[in-house]
Amino acid sequence: MAAIAKRKKEKITEPKVKITWKEVKSQKTLLIWSAFIVLYGIIFCYLPLGGWLMGFQNYRPKDGLLHSQFVGLAKFRQLFSDATFLRVIRNTLAMGVINLAATFFMAILFAILLNDIKSKGGKKVVQTISYLPHFLSWIIVTGILHDALSGTGIVNELLLKFGVLDQPLNFFAHPKYFWPIVAFANVWKETGWNAIIYLSAITSIDPSLYEAASIDGAGRWAKIKYITLPGIRPTIMILLLMNVGNVLNAGFEIQYLLGNGLVQSVSQTIDIYVLKWGISQNDFAIGTAAGIFKSFVSIVLIVIANEIAKRYGEERLF
Amino acid sequence: MQLFHKKKKTSVGDTIFVVCNTLFMICFVLITLYPILNTLAISFNDGTDALRGGIYLWPRKFTLKNYITVLQKDNLVTGAYISVARTVIGTLLSLACNAVLAFIVSRKRFMFKKQLSLFWVITMYVNGGMIPTFLLYKNLGLTNSFWVYVIPGMFSAFNMLVIRTYMNGIPESLEESAQLDGAGYTTVFLKIISPLCKPVYATVALFVAVGQWNSWFDAMLYNRMSSNLTTLQYELMKLLSSVTNQGNSVEAMKNAAGAVTPTSVRAAATVLTMLPIVCLYPFLQRYFVTGLTIGGVKE
Repeated sequence: MAAIAKRKKEKITEPKVKITWKEVKSQKTLLIWSAFIVLYGIIFCYLPLGGWLMGFQNYRPKDGLLHSQFVGLAKFRQLFSDATFLRVIRNTLAMGVINLAATFFMAILFAILLNDIKSKGGKKVVQTISYLPHFLSWIIVTGILHDALSGTGIVNELLLKFGVLDQPLNFFAHPKYFWPIVAFANVWKETGWNAIIYLSAITSIDPSLYEAASIDGAGRWAKIKYITLPGIRPTIMILLLMNVGNVLNAGFEIQYLLGNGLVQSVSQTIDIYVLKWGISQNDFAIGTAAGIFKSFVSIVLIVIANEIAKRYGEERLF
Repeated sequence: MQLFHKKKKTSVGDTIFVVCNTLFMICFVLITLYPILNTLAISFNDGTDALRGGIYLWPRKFTLKNYITVLQKDNLVTGAYISVARTVIGTLLSLACNAVLAFIVSRKRFMFKKQLSLFWVITMYVNGGMIPTFLLYKNLGLTNSFWVYVIPGMFSAFNMLVIRTYMNGIPESLEESAQLDGAGYTTVFLKIISPLCKPVYATVALFVAVGQWNSWFDAMLYNRMSSNLTTLQYELMKLLSSVTNQGNSVEAMKNAAGAVTPTSVRAAATVLTMLPIVCLYPFLQRYFVTGLTIGGVKE
């Protein structure tokens, strides 16, 4: 991570290549390959953007994109007068922020604590195990979660044993448990994986800093607070920036798989709403409008985060 | 000597910290592993017996019936074939495409390298969204076809950036001397750059392969109608939702043949789905650790 910062500051000066016929000829192979790649990109990545027109139309499949009637912002007005959609926005934002905060905190904590483990072998074993959940699909993770939280699952059993509960609790039937369960699942799945990058940032901190601090009588907490945390701060900032734009994207698979009728009011996210209206009910226009809104908010979030980072002299994306 | 002695001395606070830290790590490992091992135990346990609960890390009434049931389910077996096929084909295609793209944009002399990079980086932040994409695939005839699993993922800006960063670190002189000997770009790519890029290729292949193996949403969205094209993960999901919807009701138990229940069958299917990943990932560790550290580089 430090390397990027350095490279940005240096601004590598490259020799300007003059475009001449000879140059074009010598790059013929590259140009032909690029042409195919750009063609692919236009079809698969840029053509769908044209579909955004649907969000401003009374789209009817038989009229197509070109002949459907334009209705301006009517679909967006319809969207925002729908109480369900407003609740869906709240759910998406809330879960996005809770998950972001929880996974960041746990990954940093785990990295710092693991780095302090003296035994090389133990460290290796713990780290290897910590990656495992990242490689499992959400299908598997939610299945496991269902088992663990079921009536005969380990969680209920422990709670009964310690007298917290009198009878098994169905965690998936109460809206108030849904967000914490989602946050826990995210932490369970991603902590070890997210910690990789912090661990590598911690290892690149100059060890002489720690030695000097020890001589000055700094304790463990002081070292973490004054050396480790400032040392990985640029990494934290960059990752935070990269993830802020994804806050709204992080709400689909787990909510879709764990949600049920009883917790619908807190489990539905924008993507689920789009899927429900767009694909299942065939209302392409409303679904597209909701999708456009999501993209718009994501971009605004990235730009705001970037500006804040700029103001405080932190690392930034662009 | 004095200094050395001082450093060695551990205070009470230090000892407490070490103990707490070790405890934290043990808890962490337990919480990570327990649910997985529990599923493993249930998958080897008699289904009706498992309903009584109380199975932790070891099966109480050992049986292989759950696995036999899973292997007799046609949809799961077909799903497994499709999953393997999409993982192999998708990974190879995606690796080849992203390597070529990264090669092009990392050529210092290439006239459009900046524009081509930007063209892809934009796609990381802006995309059409679910519905326009769905309609596009439908119009291209990709729905209800195997190719919807591999073609849309052929190029990815993120993987391109990872490979490009690695290629940028390869000295230009290698390429130049080959070109003096008359090698064209194709030869440089195949004979000079690619052999040096094996570690980063392994990393990207790993990322793509895991993504392919684990994905289920595309199967649900595009191929729901063709039962011979669904993937293992999607079949597992259907199994999961059938279990949660009917629970272990009397009805479900009546339907369950003998000693298997939906829960125990699902546990067996889950274990089989996890198996390839759990067996392989410890050996691939060094690749994804390097890959992720390079991958943090974004421009």
